[in-house]
Amino acid sequence: MKLDELVLNKIKAAFPEAVEESSEFRGEPTIVVRKDRLKAVCLLLRDDPGLRYNYLSDIVADDYLPDYPRFVVNYHLLSIANKHRLRLRTWVEDPDEGPETMADVWPIATWLEMEVWDLMGVRFTGNGSLRRLFLPEDWQGHPLRKNYPLGYEEVQFSFNWQEIDAKKPYAKD
Amino acid sequence: MGIEQKLGNLGVVTYRLEDVVNWGRTNAMWPLLFGLACCAIEMMSTQAAHYDASRFGMELNRPSPRQSDLMIVAGRVSRKMAPVVRRLYDQMPYPKWVIAMGDCASCGGIFNNYAIVQGVDEIIPVDVYVAGCPPRPEALIDGIMTLHEKVRGEKLADWA
Repeated sequence: MKLDELVLNKIKAAFPEAVEESSEFRGEPTIVVRKDRLKAVCLLLRDDPGLRYNYLSDIVADDYLPDYPRFVVNYHLLSIANKHRLRLRTWVEDPDEGPETMADVWPIATWLEMEVWDLMGVRFTGNGSLRRLFLPEDWQGHPLRKNYPLGYEEVQFSFNWQEIDAKKPYAKD
Repeated sequence: MGIEQKLGNLGVVTYRLEDVVNWGRTNAMWPLLFGLACCAIEMMSTQAAHYDASRFGMELNRPSPRQSDLMIVAGRVSRKMAPVVRRLYDQMPYPKWVIAMGDCASCGGIFNNYAIVQGVDEIIPVDVYVAGCPPRPEALIDGIMTLHEKVRGEKLADWA
């Protein structure tokens, strides 16, 4: 708990206008940061000798579709020396101009941002290699968005077996 | 069988050619090493010592499709993997058979969404479907034995 306050105070001292809000839920501290200050805050968190968040666990994007701003990018950080986890959030208005890439802070960010772009469509400025990772190369659309259809097939029960069977594509050798 | 009934113990057995060929095909059917997801674990345990698949002739799992004649699709096939499955199936020489092992290979299983092919028979023709999530090794062996019965009933002209 002391580390939560320490982190928040250090960020506020260095960048007073960067922190929009902060919260804590069952031992997990979360800090919402402004998008233009995000890179500076991350460099501070990584390089400060008392904080040392040297491990980027994951980058996750959320989609709050009816609301605006629509996207949020979460950075899950871990300080291995202090055994402390932290979550940074930034609101993204336009998915084509997302946050700056964190690749020079934590190199794994290249791949995590590639995953976020593949599934959610949030571009990261400065990341040159945003391409399809999990989906086939020619896939159109970003499946984890709220307005993407589920893509399910109607279940074949015995009463509708023949109708669905006629439309199903079967391989002919 | 044949002339031994009439002429006694000549040291000769007569058989139909189809039966001999099918006997050879069933007793030495080499599967392609193709475990995709969780069903692969059950396929491995079928191959292992307790539920031995070697007693059915499946001693070797060949990694190369050119040298195998049975493809056990064990696990869910994603849309990204589908062209690969088709290419491997095309690279297998005739005669070849396919067992769709598990629910995901038979019908998409619990994954009814955009990313998983709803049944591998959308891509390749399947001979035997084995249900289960995952099917127990005994169920897979039952599927193999069903396939053997199907092969024993085949005609030579099917693969000619």
